[in-house]
Amino acid sequence: MLVAALLLLVVLGSLIFHFLSPWQFLEIGSNWALIDITVYITFFICGVAFVIIGLYMVWWVYKYKYQPGRLAEYEPENPKLESWLTIITTIGVVVMLAPGLVAWNDYVTVPPDATELEVNSEQWRWSYRLPGADGVFGHAHNKYITVDNPMGIKDDDPYAEDDIIITSQTVVIPVDRKVKVLLRSKDVLHDFWVPEIRAKMDSVPGMVTYFWFEPIREGIFDILCAELCGRGHHTMRGEMHVVSLDEYETWLASQVTWAEYKSGTLPLSDEAQKGRSVASTGGCFACHTLDGTTAVGPTWKGLWGTTVELEDGSSVLVDEEYVRESIADPNAKIRKGFAPGMVAEELNEEDFSALIDFLKELVSTEEASENGAVQE
Amino acid sequence: MATAEIPYQETVPLHHPKTWLGKWVFSQDHKVIAVQYGITAMAVGLVALVLSQFMRIQLAWPDAMPWFGPDEYLSAITMHGMIMVIYLLTAFLLGAFGNFCIPLMCGARDMVFPFVNMLSYWVYLVSVIVLLAVYPLMLFTDVQPTGAGWTLYPPQTITAGTPGADWGIVLMLGSLAIFIVAFTMGGLNYITTILQARTRGMTLMRMPLTVWGIFIATFLGLIAFPALFVSAVMMLLDRLIGTSFFMPAIVSLGQKLNYSGGQPLLFQHLFWFFGHPEVYIVALPAFGVVSDLISVHARKNIFGYRMMVWAIVAIGILSLIVWAHHMYVAGMHPYFGFFFATTTLIIAVPTAIKVYNWTLTLWRANIKLTVPMLFALAFVLTFIMGGITGLFLGNVIIDIPLSDTYFVVAHFHMVMGVSPILAIFGGIYHWYPKLTGRMLNDTVGKLHFYITFIGTYVIYFPMHYLGFVGVPRRYYETALGEVYPDFYPESAHDLNVFITCAALVVGAAQILFIYNLVHSFFKGEKAGDNPWGANSLEWRTPQTPPSHGNWDERLPTVHRWAYDYGVPGHDTDHIPQDVPRKESA
Repeated sequence: MLVAALLLLVVLGSLIFHFLSPWQFLEIGSNWALIDITVYITFFICGVAFVIIGLYMVWWVYKYKYQPGRLAEYEPENPKLESWLTIITTIGVVVMLAPGLVAWNDYVTVPPDATELEVNSEQWRWSYRLPGADGVFGHAHNKYITVDNPMGIKDDDPYAEDDIIITSQTVVIPVDRKVKVLLRSKDVLHDFWVPEIRAKMDSVPGMVTYFWFEPIREGIFDILCAELCGRGHHTMRGEMHVVSLDEYETWLASQVTWAEYKSGTLPLSDEAQKGRSVASTGGCFACHTLDGTTAVGPTWKGLWGTTVELEDGSSVLVDEEYVRESIADPNAKIRKGFAPGMVAEELNEEDFSALIDFLKELVSTEEASENGAVQE
Repeated sequence: MATAEIPYQETVPLHHPKTWLGKWVFSQDHKVIAVQYGITAMAVGLVALVLSQFMRIQLAWPDAMPWFGPDEYLSAITMHGMIMVIYLLTAFLLGAFGNFCIPLMCGARDMVFPFVNMLSYWVYLVSVIVLLAVYPLMLFTDVQPTGAGWTLYPPQTITAGTPGADWGIVLMLGSLAIFIVAFTMGGLNYITTILQARTRGMTLMRMPLTVWGIFIATFLGLIAFPALFVSAVMMLLDRLIGTSFFMPAIVSLGQKLNYSGGQPLLFQHLFWFFGHPEVYIVALPAFGVVSDLISVHARKNIFGYRMMVWAIVAIGILSLIVWAHHMYVAGMHPYFGFFFATTTLIIAVPTAIKVYNWTLTLWRANIKLTVPMLFALAFVLTFIMGGITGLFLGNVIIDIPLSDTYFVVAHFHMVMGVSPILAIFGGIYHWYPKLTGRMLNDTVGKLHFYITFIGTYVIYFPMHYLGFVGVPRRYYETALGEVYPDFYPESAHDLNVFITCAALVVGAAQILFIYNLVHSFFKGEKAGDNPWGANSLEWRTPQTPPSHGNWDERLPTVHRWAYDYGVPGHDTDHIPQDVPRKESA
């Protein structure tokens, strides 16, 4: 009878685990309470079905254990019972499906007063664009992407001039205002996901996908990539700050428009320009920023010639030798506060010296970069 | 009635092999081919098992294996998933059980096309070799196994940010295409044999449910696998000669690639048009096997046989129109959500009926708790858990927060990982005596059962809850230094450690099973012709193990369904299918 006891333990254990589990949905941060309600309805119906069927199994396995000489009851079919079970199951399915479809209808119907936020994704970072004062995005396409035009904005589109370009991985949105999130991808599939918001959607290169939500509480939320996007998938992390309208206005005023971004392009020397494209092709900007913000790896802005602290407490001067070592053997010296994880690269001497020139000019032109011009 | 007809296979002579090689290696005997399929599938399954252990260790103790980086992790999840779904489960349930059960249960001498059947196995073996060739190649070249995930979504599958995007993926796609050729040769055989080579009296509605499950699953395979085949070929063209079927204009790691106008979603539709029926290609044979195990070992007829058959057929048909429930967050037209959520939840009705009927078969039965029966009972409970979590994910709005989290991982492992494997174990313990003439050791079998069932349940049941916390799947690690600290609560990490410990125990326990298979082959107790007292024809062969050709000159004649257990007024508790009815009956 061990197995009957075991099945009973599994059924009751699952039930107890469910109620005692500390691992539940994170506190909701958006208007999608209907999603949670549908989940609870489904939990209830499925839970009842699981427990009832499970307990019948336990009971019958226990009660009708083999006895030599006894015959089982011969009853090939029972159309009445089978019909009833079918009807009850159908009702259960309808009760779960109906609120789900109602919620889905809300989810796919974007309210006309939602403001738009474009999320750009690439391996392995996020960036953002707002439509600016005119409320209309300038046309953008991957075919327009260059080193100086990371979002692929069509240059002669007049609607583009006032678009707000946010190259940092942190985006700020005002609380209690509906947002329509438009998703684009430069390279592969990604998925913009904030667990507390409940909503998520893939970004697909060549398409613009969307969803909408309304944040209902202020706070700082993690943005995760939920669609496998290559070896840096797990490092693709951003932050969404939900703030009051006043704070949002202040933040917005400090952001750069596309027109300002274009005009601020750095006067890099040819050699440094080459170094920048070496870094860009090498995928360095997936983890290192040029604007002083910290991403997965340390920023490059103003890095050259400084002395930095390492994980083991020692410190090192950022010079040619250190940079060379960090590229060839990234785990040899780990900066304090950062995780090892960079992939080693092989650079030829020519590319390496161009890269060094670029790093040097990132210090000398520090002021010029204040306006975000060299952000990648 | 069909009893007057002469079965097709009584009219054609059987060619017996003349050499040792022809008998045991390049054999055309369906039983030998079944064993070849089974052993190959289990061997490649062991590779998948080892990979899963590495993945679990990485998730629990991220610093334990310094050589196991993101590339290795992604390659491991890809290879593990592909092996389990295609090269183990599909190959075992159809290649091994299908080959073994169909001719024996239908009363046929062999498959209708024995030579094609043999080719099917050898082509399957080639696909396995091509799949695993990447590991020796890794040692001598810079070829890496692909890390695109088993779903192989482009563009990342063939772009530089993914491990193995140059040649690993070519090997994977090539292997899949070869596998599909093998499956097609086997599948045509299974269907033709079931339709053409049943013995006299074996009407469709007298067939054991195992045969029904394999029959419909094979149909699904023949409809679904071509979609995977064309998508593999199209992706190979994108990768090798630069077409743009699935590739739009993209800038990969700073480099503009020479693609434009392709549609990544097209791949996803093709993939899941294969991928969803694939779930039922695995599930339906498992349903059939479990139905037979429960009936035989509970000494009672399967409850509602006709309903069980029609439920298999209904699930098979519905499974062809639910595929896009894998794509709710993929960016397809939002109105598709209404359609696919509805069809998906409708499929719950015939599936629930199967669960009810398995359970109701236990009512007033006379249950022998043999090892096959234990596995069948565990299958039912595990399958209920996997099925009801499917109702969460199928309901489009609930899928939105849970998609791509550990809830999904837990769900599909319960429903199409653990469940079919429990059914396979049950089937092996059940049919091993017929295959070898010896019983598997009961004590070792029970130990194997308890560890495997409890172990897998405690691995996957709590894992659902990681999904609610918001832990995404396919993450190499979740903490990234002080900049992005772990978004897990600490307790969730403890849960991860616990799951890994359970996984290590379950993995190690499979040694018991292999030991049992090998040891019992030589030392097992003699089984006799019909150790379980079962009714279906495979237990009525004149020899055990059955000889080449299975039967004597004359094929058996079937007089009744396979489920006459506990019929009142008889002195035994079971009446085999080939026992004539009394004149009065």
